[in-house]
Amino acid sequence: MTFFPYAIAAWLLIVGLYGVVTSKNYIHLAICLAVLQSSTYVLLLAIGYKVGAGPPVFDTVPPGTPAVDPVVQALMLTDIVVEATVVALLLALAVQAHKHTGTLDPDKMQELKG
Amino acid sequence: MNTILAPLPVVIALGTAAILAALNKFLPRRAADALAAMATITVGGISLQLMRLSSIQPIVYWFGGWTPRAGMALGITFTIDPIGAGLAAFTSVLVLAAFVFSWHYFDSVGTHFHVLILVFLGAMCGFSLTGDLFNMFVFFELMSAAAFALCGYKVEEAGPLQGALNFAVTNTIAAFVVLSGIALLYGRTGALNMAQIGRALGDDSSALVVVAFTFITAGFFVKAAIVPFHFWLADAHAVAPTPVCVLFSGIMVELGLYAVARVYWAIMDRPFATHGPALSGLLLTVGTITAIVGGLMCFGQRHIKRLLAYSTISHMGLMTIGFALLKPDALAGAALYVVGHGLVKASLFLVSGILLHRLRTIDEIELHGRGRDLWGTAALWVFAGLGLAGLPPFATFLGEAAIEDTATKHGQGWLWVVFFLSAVLTAGAVFRVGGRIFAGWGRDEDVETGGAQKIEEEPETTDVAEHPIPAVMFAPAAVLAVLALAVGLIPGVRHAVQTGVTYMADGAGYQARVLDHAWLPVAPPPLEHVFPLSSIIRAVAATICAFGLAGFALSPWWPRRQPRWNPLKLTMLGLRKLHSGHVGDYVALLTLGVAAFGVALSVLIKLGF
Repeated sequence: MTFFPYAIAAWLLIVGLYGVVTSKNYIHLAICLAVLQSSTYVLLLAIGYKVGAGPPVFDTVPPGTPAVDPVVQALMLTDIVVEATVVALLLALAVQAHKHTGTLDPDKMQELKG
Repeated sequence: MNTILAPLPVVIALGTAAILAALNKFLPRRAADALAAMATITVGGISLQLMRLSSIQPIVYWFGGWTPRAGMALGITFTIDPIGAGLAAFTSVLVLAAFVFSWHYFDSVGTHFHVLILVFLGAMCGFSLTGDLFNMFVFFELMSAAAFALCGYKVEEAGPLQGALNFAVTNTIAAFVVLSGIALLYGRTGALNMAQIGRALGDDSSALVVVAFTFITAGFFVKAAIVPFHFWLADAHAVAPTPVCVLFSGIMVELGLYAVARVYWAIMDRPFATHGPALSGLLLTVGTITAIVGGLMCFGQRHIKRLLAYSTISHMGLMTIGFALLKPDALAGAALYVVGHGLVKASLFLVSGILLHRLRTIDEIELHGRGRDLWGTAALWVFAGLGLAGLPPFATFLGEAAIEDTATKHGQGWLWVVFFLSAVLTAGAVFRVGGRIFAGWGRDEDVETGGAQKIEEEPETTDVAEHPIPAVMFAPAAVLAVLALAVGLIPGVRHAVQTGVTYMADGAGYQARVLDHAWLPVAPPPLEHVFPLSSIIRAVAATICAFGLAGFALSPWWPRRQPRWNPLKLTMLGLRKLHSGHVGDYVALLTLGVAAFGVALSVLIKLGF
């Protein structure tokens, strides 16, 4: 396994975090969070990948043929479901925020501090 | 034999939530109330029974009968010991109190509130009972998603939206960090079952394991509101509906710490066996900082729910100290403290909900002297405040004494100072609020908090405030506070908790139970009936000092203007600046915190501690 996919996972983590930290818009922020989350997808898939291995389906090939790890793929699917829920919720909150305060900018939401 | 009970707390809670959601249109409000309360009582009863059974012999339940073959765990397990089951039972108690209290709440909105709370309950039960790391992550996310929605329940106001957004973004990032840690452990061991990860790791404490542990710990510490991961908590608590605050402060944040303790004892106690002092020292530092920062910020608030939220942060620091000693007896102290603090804090939040219901505001300064005729409420507030200060025989005192006792035995005798300061600051703030509202002492302008922001909060109830306080609001608050005292008076409660902790803090026994169907009995801890007199004296002294601080803050002698160079004033100014309410700042500090935690842990290990 090369080091390349892990570098991509780290890169996605960093740009996602950068986007969240500097975001001026809650919709943009939710999407940055999705980018951040894709780093976990890449990480999980990279961990289960094997060079030269096929998909983990054994109806045409005999059992025992090298295959990539299906467990991490299942984890990743669960992860996507979780992500969909959270992003949907964040977008709903962003819509409400826009409706009631007229802004999507975190800098302008100054209700709570100190 | 009775293990069929194991999945039921989760099944019943989630099942009832689904039924209520489906019948939303047809079910009268009171029927929904009754159904939700009955489900909660059932979940609590089953959890108690699980606790009783597992204290005789811990339970391992395999879903679908996928038991391990030749020491390889393929299925998902609920690995139940008295601590996990006890947390599930305790969750049910608080959820029931929240349901009873909200009898008069949210008249117009159907059953969504009940559905969300029941999902929250099911997720928290699953989180406490599971023995599978990925399963734990899923319950963590389920619990978070329900909590985000509950926090932003009052979507018509700007405050709740900001609080919910801050809460959702920081905790979601925390979940990714945990997931990355889990992925790294899976990459190393090929396992997700905690027992199997632990066995496969052996005493491997390579860099990868340290990084994975850092990710998992830091991620769960966000939920546990440990400094510098705590910023979301005060925002979320200040704006969430009162019954939801009860669950957030009373049990949800504590579960974050529980997860760290569970992962440590099931997986990491052998890898870290030789690096105990490094980890312990780091966690003690973090816990101490959390306790002090939370205490200072608590005293500097005028919004009562925000004040209580910062008190929770301070007390989370104390519980972290209990875990940080990495000794079963101290962990038992932390467990007792969770129960004592949860009951007392829930009671205080409910009283603040009564104030919001009756007096239509929750701002300390605006409420000056307006609670003069609320005698019962005043008595309850002070009574719960005594519990917060850790006065014997409240359960908080038992926990504190057990932690201090263990700390002294292991050469960390100074830790009582942290407990003392936290108690004086948080209980002092609570007594100050009580004196101002119920007795009308002090000035009706803000001088003590040094410029805390006033936060608007709309009343949560619609019916007229003229009537006496409804029993359904007062009774849960009173019962919870009395329970906090009663738990402390049960003979042998400390020993029972210590016995429960021996199962949790026994990594080898845990692995044998799950993977080999083998039951390695552990020797019960020796019975100790008495606490050192010094603990009692300190706790009483802390309570008196808290009264003194509150009295001083309300007296004419409290300086109106501190000199500019006053170090305490400068510290408070700096802390306030950090708590900016800006989600980007919080995430930046969270990222720095994770990195700092990992670097500090690696350096301490490299230095050979």
